[in-house]
Amino acid sequence: MAVISYREALRAAMREELKRDDKVVIMGEEVAQFNGAYKVTEGLLKEFGPKRIVDTPISEAGFIGLGIGASMLGIRPVMELMFWSFSYVAFDQIVNNAGNIRYMSGGLINCPIVIRGPANGGTNVGATHSHTPEAILASHPGIKVVCPATPYDAKGLLKAAIRDNDPVYVMENTILYNDKGEVPDEDYIVPLGVADVKRIGTDLTIVAHGRAVITSLKAAEILEKEHGVSVEVVDLRSIRPLDEETILASVRKTHRALLVEENKPFCGVDAQVAYLIQSKAFDELDAPIHRVSSIDAPQIYCKRMEDQQMPSVDRVVAEALKVLA
Amino acid sequence: MAEIIDMPKLSDTMSVGTLVKWNIKEGQVVAFGDILAEVETDKATMELSCTVPGTILKIFAPAGQQLPVGAPICAIGKKGEAAPEAAAAPAPKAPKTAVPAIPEKAEVSCVPAAPASSGSVTPQSDASRTKASPYAKRMAEKAALNVAALSGSGPGGRVVGRDVAAAASAPAASAPSGPLNVAVAPPADGKGIQPDADVPVGGMRQTIARRLLESKITVPHFYLEVEVDAAPLMAMRESLNKRLAETGADAIKLSVNDFILKASAEALRRVPAVNASWAGTSIRTHGAVHLSFGVALEDGLVTPVIRDAHAKTLKDIAIEAKALIGKARSKKLTPSEMSGSTFTVTNLGMFGVTGFFGIINVPNAAILSVGATIKKPVVDAQDRLVIGHRMVIGLSGDHRVVDGANAAQFLQALKQLLEEPALMLI
Repeated sequence: MAVISYREALRAAMREELKRDDKVVIMGEEVAQFNGAYKVTEGLLKEFGPKRIVDTPISEAGFIGLGIGASMLGIRPVMELMFWSFSYVAFDQIVNNAGNIRYMSGGLINCPIVIRGPANGGTNVGATHSHTPEAILASHPGIKVVCPATPYDAKGLLKAAIRDNDPVYVMENTILYNDKGEVPDEDYIVPLGVADVKRIGTDLTIVAHGRAVITSLKAAEILEKEHGVSVEVVDLRSIRPLDEETILASVRKTHRALLVEENKPFCGVDAQVAYLIQSKAFDELDAPIHRVSSIDAPQIYCKRMEDQQMPSVDRVVAEALKVLA
Repeated sequence: MAEIIDMPKLSDTMSVGTLVKWNIKEGQVVAFGDILAEVETDKATMELSCTVPGTILKIFAPAGQQLPVGAPICAIGKKGEAAPEAAAAPAPKAPKTAVPAIPEKAEVSCVPAAPASSGSVTPQSDASRTKASPYAKRMAEKAALNVAALSGSGPGGRVVGRDVAAAASAPAASAPSGPLNVAVAPPADGKGIQPDADVPVGGMRQTIARRLLESKITVPHFYLEVEVDAAPLMAMRESLNKRLAETGADAIKLSVNDFILKASAEALRRVPAVNASWAGTSIRTHGAVHLSFGVALEDGLVTPVIRDAHAKTLKDIAIEAKALIGKARSKKLTPSEMSGSTFTVTNLGMFGVTGFFGIINVPNAAILSVGATIKKPVVDAQDRLVIGHRMVIGLSGDHRVVDGANAAQFLQALKQLLEEPALMLI
């Protein structure tokens, strides 16, 4: 198995799918000639040519609409957003059109579009470039949302997304782009809607997604070494569809849950997960469910303050100890 | 798909039930509403009716067996279908299941003796309000432990899973799980008065044991006694019964107890402070008098309830009491006919007992204990020695709810009503 970066894993997913299916195309700002704003699509123009790898104007509403239209006619576009924060100018296309066309056409029209790009804070790019809209998008029936935390999951989820016949929105993380991990050489996918137990434990379940999984795994190490606590870390991977059973199975084992996400807390993904746990595993709970999320304020520009705003290993450890009290 | 029928919870306090009798056999077809079995709960023998039509595939427990609530008792499905496994069918439990860890509970909720004259009693954590995590509660239920008896190590004293686990694995001291160690008396040589034996007890006896122990050790009882001149009451009863007998077939006969019940309801109206319950951090006052009275049975006793006794006439009370006594003796009282009382009257007068003090029927604030009316010499208002008809009435009160003074006022009111019984008729 090769050890490659999260960025390379995403590129490999697109490359393999471009080869496998000639309906797959890549579109977005700077994806072709500039090799991608974050170099995720590097080399693809050279390999697949300008018909498959298409630079678009700086007009998200326009080119996402173009991709949605193309997808209705059988093309499988993989659209890159430079930041998911920019999806907000294309909200009508992303939510209203892509999310509803299959339902409103009575199942006659599919919209197999993939929209991908970074959706994260923590990089000192300010409030308007640091949004994490997975909860907002996942609240719409008809839309699928995934948040890979590792190179393996990034490749497997993106390939599954490209092959899926519904709109799938892939939220990446610029801080993870250089993270390395083992990725199989052979073809594989990570099915949508299947969570992954990233660490097995018995005393506490941490549910996380995206980079919060990495933070939680580090916290779990410390909790084990310094506090003798055995922590299980469940990586949601897919926000919608949500793998309820893996979450519940873990809580039934540990009886305590801490939910960690880099979203703002209000109406976050973990508000839904907390509801799920108390509703379907109430009798299993030995303590109230706690959450660690970004502090509820617009993303802070000052780097040192932003670091405090985001869920840190220290905050996860401290909150875990509260759940374990 | 076959369905497993579990031992149902037929009353608030039921934790185990005894399958008195099966009315069906394996292989028999049953319809909705058919009576499957008779189940003896802690309070009554009740019929278990069928809610799943089909064929009886399997009977998991024979008649006579005692099972915890939720234990599988039979399976119903389609004819010829394989009977499902009674998943983890709990073994017939020894009587221990119904016995919570009472000794520790005493530590939790026992109240230090309060100064008799002071109205202030240190607020207690109400046992029913013990904080416990849902998981701990479920574990405790499985282990037949009472969470209220455990000390919580979680935040704010919350009982959590580890506390239940510790109690469940601890020796008998914290969780009585076997028969109590009764000092062994030497066996009778030759002719004893009865066999030396451990006699298993039924649900009703378990309930009596549990509830009265709980009351006696968690409720700070105090006792008052008053002697009543029963002559006017006896005279009125005799004359009323004589006239009532002449009314013919539907004649009712008033018992002494009927008068006591009526007088109690009326006395509670005058001193409503006694018609109340301790609710942990508050005193709950009750607007209606729901009057419970003890009925002795061969194997124990039950306490049926006359609802809204404050609004009923002597005749209403007499008729209702008679009906409830009949039902009690044939064990047909429903749980609702035995719950929700606000005050209890017990009477051992018919056995010649001259006076006694009952144990409070929680959550009542007091219990009245009525003795026999006996003839004895008394000094009358003119200082003459005369033959009196005297009845001794005892009151056991919950000092958290009532104090000596208001309990005494209640007895005063009761005494007046019994000595001038015509007051009861208005």
